[in-house]
Amino acid sequence: MHFKKLLTVSVAALTVANPALAENVLRWTSQGDALTMDPHSQNEGPTIAMNGQIYESLVTRDAELNLQPELAESWEAGADGWTFNLRKGVKFHDGADFTAEDVVFSFERANHEASDYKEQAKNVTSVEVIDDHTVKLMTDGPNPILPNQLTSIYMIDKGWAEANNVVAPQDFKAKEETYAVRNSNGTGPFALVSRAPDEMTVLARNADWWGEGMFPGNIDKIEYRPITNAATRVAALLSGEVDFVLDPPLQDIKRIESSDGLGVKTVAQIRSIFFGMDQGIDQLRTSDAEGNPFKDAKVREAFNLAIDKAAIQRVVMEGLSFPTGMITPPGVLGNTPENDPSYGFDPTKAKALLAEAGYPDGFSIQLDCPNNRYNNDEKICQAAVAMLAKIGVKVNLDAIPKAQHFPKIQKRETDFYMLGWGVPTLDSHYVFSYLLDGEGSWNATGYSNPRVNEITTAIVTEIDIDKRTALIDEAWTHVKADMPYVPIHHQVLAWGIADNVDIPIAADDAFRPRYAVMK
Amino acid sequence: MLFFILKRLSQSILVMAIVSAVSFSLFNFVGDPVNNMVGQDATREQRVEIRQQLGLDDPVLTQYTRFLGNMLQGDFGLSYRIKRPVDELIFERLPATLELVFVSAIIALLVGITMGVYTGIRRKSWASRAILSISLVGVSLPTFIIGIALIYIFAVHLRWLPSSGRSGTVDLGWWKTSLLTVDGWRAIILPAITLSLFQLTLILRLVRAEMLEVMQTDFIKFARARGLSERAINFRHALRNTLVPVITIIGINIGGLIAFSVITETVFQWPGTGLMFIQAVDFVDVPIMAAYLVFVALLFVLINLVVDILYFVVDPRIRLGD
Repeated sequence: MHFKKLLTVSVAALTVANPALAENVLRWTSQGDALTMDPHSQNEGPTIAMNGQIYESLVTRDAELNLQPELAESWEAGADGWTFNLRKGVKFHDGADFTAEDVVFSFERANHEASDYKEQAKNVTSVEVIDDHTVKLMTDGPNPILPNQLTSIYMIDKGWAEANNVVAPQDFKAKEETYAVRNSNGTGPFALVSRAPDEMTVLARNADWWGEGMFPGNIDKIEYRPITNAATRVAALLSGEVDFVLDPPLQDIKRIESSDGLGVKTVAQIRSIFFGMDQGIDQLRTSDAEGNPFKDAKVREAFNLAIDKAAIQRVVMEGLSFPTGMITPPGVLGNTPENDPSYGFDPTKAKALLAEAGYPDGFSIQLDCPNNRYNNDEKICQAAVAMLAKIGVKVNLDAIPKAQHFPKIQKRETDFYMLGWGVPTLDSHYVFSYLLDGEGSWNATGYSNPRVNEITTAIVTEIDIDKRTALIDEAWTHVKADMPYVPIHHQVLAWGIADNVDIPIAADDAFRPRYAVMK
Repeated sequence: MLFFILKRLSQSILVMAIVSAVSFSLFNFVGDPVNNMVGQDATREQRVEIRQQLGLDDPVLTQYTRFLGNMLQGDFGLSYRIKRPVDELIFERLPATLELVFVSAIIALLVGITMGVYTGIRRKSWASRAILSISLVGVSLPTFIIGIALIYIFAVHLRWLPSSGRSGTVDLGWWKTSLLTVDGWRAIILPAITLSLFQLTLILRLVRAEMLEVMQTDFIKFARARGLSERAINFRHALRNTLVPVITIIGINIGGLIAFSVITETVFQWPGTGLMFIQAVDFVDVPIMAAYLVFVALLFVLINLVVDILYFVVDPRIRLGD
């Protein structure tokens, strides 16, 4: 009798224990932890990555960066907005239904004064509810690329936000943290189990997820451990404590590849690295030259020809870059095989061009460069200094942390600077409006070509796709000839992954666990 | 006595004020936090508005007075980066740092004194010479190299210990400890050794030098003449007399351990105040940087105060000279 009872208990225990044994736990790491669990508060890489596993947007991208339905099943463009048919039967992690009013609320919240997503969300002027599962996102005139702009605007439950007093994202003036900073309630494939900032965040599979069975992923539990120090991060992978490192340093790639049971995946990233030259100001601030040499297109061409992009790829980047002649990478609408090749390397011609422009002995200038932002940023600048010296330009390098570097660009206080640019919308408009438009907030070059400015405005509302693409190509051809920038390369992403898990790498550097398969 | 303490206290407050003023003025050179706080697509107007909201365009003196005023009311502000109250963040992470410092201080003391005594007595044995040569490594190699080396040996190659992080924590309600579980101890060994190495070497060399000196004194010779055992001479008479300067050094260095745990914590991803400080510097999270520096200054001041008072109690000559 006792024995029988014991047996039943043990069998019960076994059946409970068994699924736990077979659980697929993915342990991974990258440099930084999410700053907050509030999906509208911080527009920042690790935060978007973490929240993207818990929250969902109407439209998302797969690992090849193609648009895919997420909380909307289909969408259709109109003259004054887009109609989205919402997925039915979707539930938030707390059990509440996802309906049209949550969409209205989420856009209001993302458009709030304190939201860090208002630049993307402002494209939606209002949301009209057609029925419980159909909404129309109203736009200010036609907007051909609205779905592209929505992929990181996450949907949040109205009832939950109201009940917890988080109707608005936290603003900077607040004295206390809000509930949403450490709690979450999304519709996504994973739900937050526990979180210790900078230590460990555990997410568990959401069994009620709408996409259950529709994706190859078989991860039951995700353990995320941020590791700030790059060498320690790699050590955690080598010692088998994690299965996946999102951002191993480039110099450790070979080491990881040569280790048993580990591999490296690489892909061209949606981020280009380039130098900007201030051709707008009348007298350069840091140069011994009279006036502004950069106003002369010959000088800008000389700079482009003097820098050996292939050597930078080979020596500085250990092969992990794609030299280019554009400031936006393949994958973004507007990058074409005609415009992408680099300007080449010809120091003799560069020197001749400088002489023609009236600077046979060159001139001096300061190069402003970040030292903690891009792959090998400071080393690239050092290489450029040496290359420009060969055509007689004496460059003083000022490599400083990004927190000091970027304000120089925003305040337009730099003559010659390094910048990298990623394009979340995968559309050239994002590049034109910030980097090439005369009024662009990140355009410190003073470049302002009336035709390019005109096209920047025109493509906002042009819904004829062929016509729009032709306009984009035209603008890039102007830019290619005007040379406001010195394009260097497109960055390459490398992920370190253990052989027991298959994770498709994506050019936007986002980990998509719904496609991750453990063997 | 009371007068002495009050005098010391008022001096301490002055020191605190100076430290906080100097560190605060340094923040102007760290960079612009706004850029880290908003996405790259924020407009110029939005950036200006946030600067104004945060009062970043006010003169440094105004910012400092505001900071002091808030601090005296116990309000350290909200972290720019994590958007949570700074004092709460610091107290949440303090246990991790204090436990790390505690364990490494124990290691430094035990190993340092034992080896110091040994090398002081058997100063010609090859073991003593080996210990002294190796101890040079402890003072000359930077902490992060020692840390990375330990990780590669014990975590990557031998796989005996975890490479980083703090695990096996038990929440006691008011204190999260990792010293109650095997996992916790496994995780703390490498960072504690890394952090202790410098202090360990210092103590070792100090104890050795003192031992050598004391062993030459008359009272040791006299003790030998009395026919006391070697053991009694070494430990009851010699070691005791070496400990006075050692205790002074240790007192001051505990503060140093907390301050220098910054690097060790970064290498081992140890979730303490040091790691938080480094991340704050990277982000230009002024509220955290300011509060942390004030906190470390306070710690040094307090420890010095205690040491001074101890002197006062221990050494009558100070009392007379006062």
